[in-house]
Amino acid sequence: MSTELQQPPFKSGVLRWIDERLPVLTWAYNELVVYPAPKNLNYWWNFGSLAGIILVVQIVTGVILVMSYTPHADLAFDSVEGYIMRDVNWGWLIRYLHANGASMFFALVYIHMFRGLYYGSYKKPRELLWILGVIILLLMMATAFMGYVLPWGNMSYWAATVITNLFSAIPLVGEPLVTWLWGGFTVANPTLQRFFSLHYLLPFVIFAVVFLHILALHQFGSNNPLGIDLSKKDKIPFHPYYTVKDVFGLCVFLLVYGYFVFYAPTAFISPTNFIPADPLQTPTHIVPEWYFLPFYAILRAITFDFLWIVPAKLGGVIAMFAAIGVLFFVPWLDTSKVRSARFRPIYKWFFWLLVIDVLVLGWAGANPPEGWYLVAAQLGTLYYFAHFLVIMPVLGKIERPLPLPTSLSDPVLRGTRSQTAN
Amino acid sequence: MRKMLIASLVAAVLAGSPGGLFAAEGKHPEDRDWPQEGIFGTFDKAALQRGFQVYKEVCAACHSVRYLRFRDLLGIGLDEETIKAVAGEYTVIDGPDDSGEMFERPAKPFDVFPSPFPNPQAARAANGGALPVDLSLIVKAREGGEDYLYSLLVGYTDPPADEEGLPGAYYNPYFPGGWIAMPPPLSEDMIEYADGTPATVEQMAADVTQFLSWLAEPELEERKRVGLKFMLFVLVMTGIFYAYKRKVWARLH
Ligand code: HEC
Ligand code: HEM
Repeated sequence: MSTELQQPPFKSGVLRWIDERLPVLTWAYNELVVYPAPKNLNYWWNFGSLAGIILVVQIVTGVILVMSYTPHADLAFDSVEGYIMRDVNWGWLIRYLHANGASMFFALVYIHMFRGLYYGSYKKPRELLWILGVIILLLMMATAFMGYVLPWGNMSYWAATVITNLFSAIPLVGEPLVTWLWGGFTVANPTLQRFFSLHYLLPFVIFAVVFLHILALHQFGSNNPLGIDLSKKDKIPFHPYYTVKDVFGLCVFLLVYGYFVFYAPTAFISPTNFIPADPLQTPTHIVPEWYFLPFYAILRAITFDFLWIVPAKLGGVIAMFAAIGVLFFVPWLDTSKVRSARFRPIYKWFFWLLVIDVLVLGWAGANPPEGWYLVAAQLGTLYYFAHFLVIMPVLGKIERPLPLPTSLSDPVLRGTRSQTAN
Repeated sequence: MRKMLIASLVAAVLAGSPGGLFAAEGKHPEDRDWPQEGIFGTFDKAALQRGFQVYKEVCAACHSVRYLRFRDLLGIGLDEETIKAVAGEYTVIDGPDDSGEMFERPAKPFDVFPSPFPNPQAARAANGGALPVDLSLIVKAREGGEDYLYSLLVGYTDPPADEEGLPGAYYNPYFPGGWIAMPPPLSEDMIEYADGTPATVEQMAADVTQFLSWLAEPELEERKRVGLKFMLFVLVMTGIFYAYKRKVWARLH
């Protein structure tokens, strides 16, 4: 791509003058207009651009919120619930767009990632593209966690307490580390203020990593539902084909987003977060936002000391971080030469089992770690790691993939044509 | 591994025993219909005004509403004159004046509805140690929202025979734990509604619930109005872009 840049068809001399000196327009033109995309992408390929759009929405609504938000333990709750929601013109809209935008962002990104897992989009030569994606996920988690603390409701306070406390499990340095993170001996105003600072900063870091993510994508181009390398004749320019398709997808997405913002704006907000932070009143169940639930289940699944040297709490923390860490190695854990699950009759089933497993973990995470919930969390955790560490490597070696087509017009595809061309 | 299985089995048995898991949670509230529910739901202004009267004449003895300024009552349909008159019934502390003294003056529409107690400690002291919470956000701050609040207000009953009483607490199955420090606040005909509606306990409970629902989400009507326009607009755009997408892609076949 980068070797054969096309000149944009300028009508204005001013634009050409600028572009000769600073070729951003040529760059944008090549990335967003002529970028040759596979002809056969299905709607699962819409979620990347949607995630990019919601990132911009979060940044814009966030910057507006900051104009009326007060990052101080005594004032934060009132500035959100008493001022932004009531007195600021359209404050309720901006706040609900931002709060629900975070949930939408995670939903889109999770679908986007499962898409990658199904079609093998992480395989050579797209390993770095995938790794950059996992980095984005980590940054999003940090951002959303710290954002959730900002309204300083009681769940904000206790979520911050529980999660930061995890670091105390680290041997030797744990306790001092937590004190350092808090800026004191409990979660308090200094904690809120540093979280605010980082919550403002990280989205811009995400933006930069997204930029690299797209750079890596355009190096080899998008993968496609067949997972094979396509020749030039099977590609079409991004504009107008995928621009219209993305705008159509955006409209559908806005209907879902709009439903939550306007008709169920508190669906994702725990009632406890409408009670101001209170260090003396521990909520009966401390539950994080839905998008953290599977990881929360893994954290609490480790209720036993491991090999007598790793205490349960530390084990849980390690398992939780490992659940994300393992994703970095997926390009090498999957030993199959075939990318798309469409040609992997067994992997296809294990893919759906993983989806179910993550849903079960989410359900277990929403409930107290006792009884069947705990059993589900433990089995779910075991299966989660087995999927990546055992099933993926072994399956790639023993599975007999279906014959691969060599191009979109290959006769092997007959009968599946109608599915691939939409 | 075996240790883990045994541990989980033990935990499962413990959780299955009665009183283990749900003891702290209250009885499931009655599912009622509220006029503000649903996509087209709006507040019933008459009910909001009656509900405000219930709050003002009953609940305000113990509970504050720190996000309510008198002028916000425009939102329940009171006019400026009435609001001035209502505010004038209260005095607030202002100051300091030019000589550095604090002074009392009649409340103005921009004032916050005065709290019955100067601070939480005083509120606890007057209520046997229990804190009458601020009611501004109560409907959003409880699982079950309006249904919970209504059920709580009408739900006081005699305790079951096997329940041991708690001093200074009243039995109410909807309250988590069953014993609440708030005495039953409503009784038949304790107030006289300005619009002549009979003041039954159920009527007052439903009215004050709607008023507090409005206070928790005063933006609700505007939100749904804007939402409807937004959804219709996006729906049309969805149709247009679907058709346009098909047209553009048809060139490929
Ligand atoms: C005599 C004082 C008093 C009056 C009058 C009163 N309350 Fe209360 N209320 C309390 C106290 C005290 C508590 C705290 C109860 C506890 O924690 O056990 C309370 C708690 C509550 C709660 C919180 C329950 C929960 O889930 O934590 C609600 C809601 C409530 N009151 C609503 C009302 C409404 C509505 C009215 C008017 C109809 C009212 N109260 C009148 C004293 C009062
Ligand atoms: C990656 C993008 C972002 C995500 C995922 C995110 C997530 C969140 C979340 C989950 C909340 C809590 C919402 C609530 O319960 O009300 C929040 C609050 C907040 N965020 Fe963000 N945010 C992002 C970007 C930003 C940016 C760029 C800014 C500022 C420049 C910002 C400013 C704020 C402020 C001021 C609040 C507190 C107000 C409130 O609670 O509504 N956010 N954010």
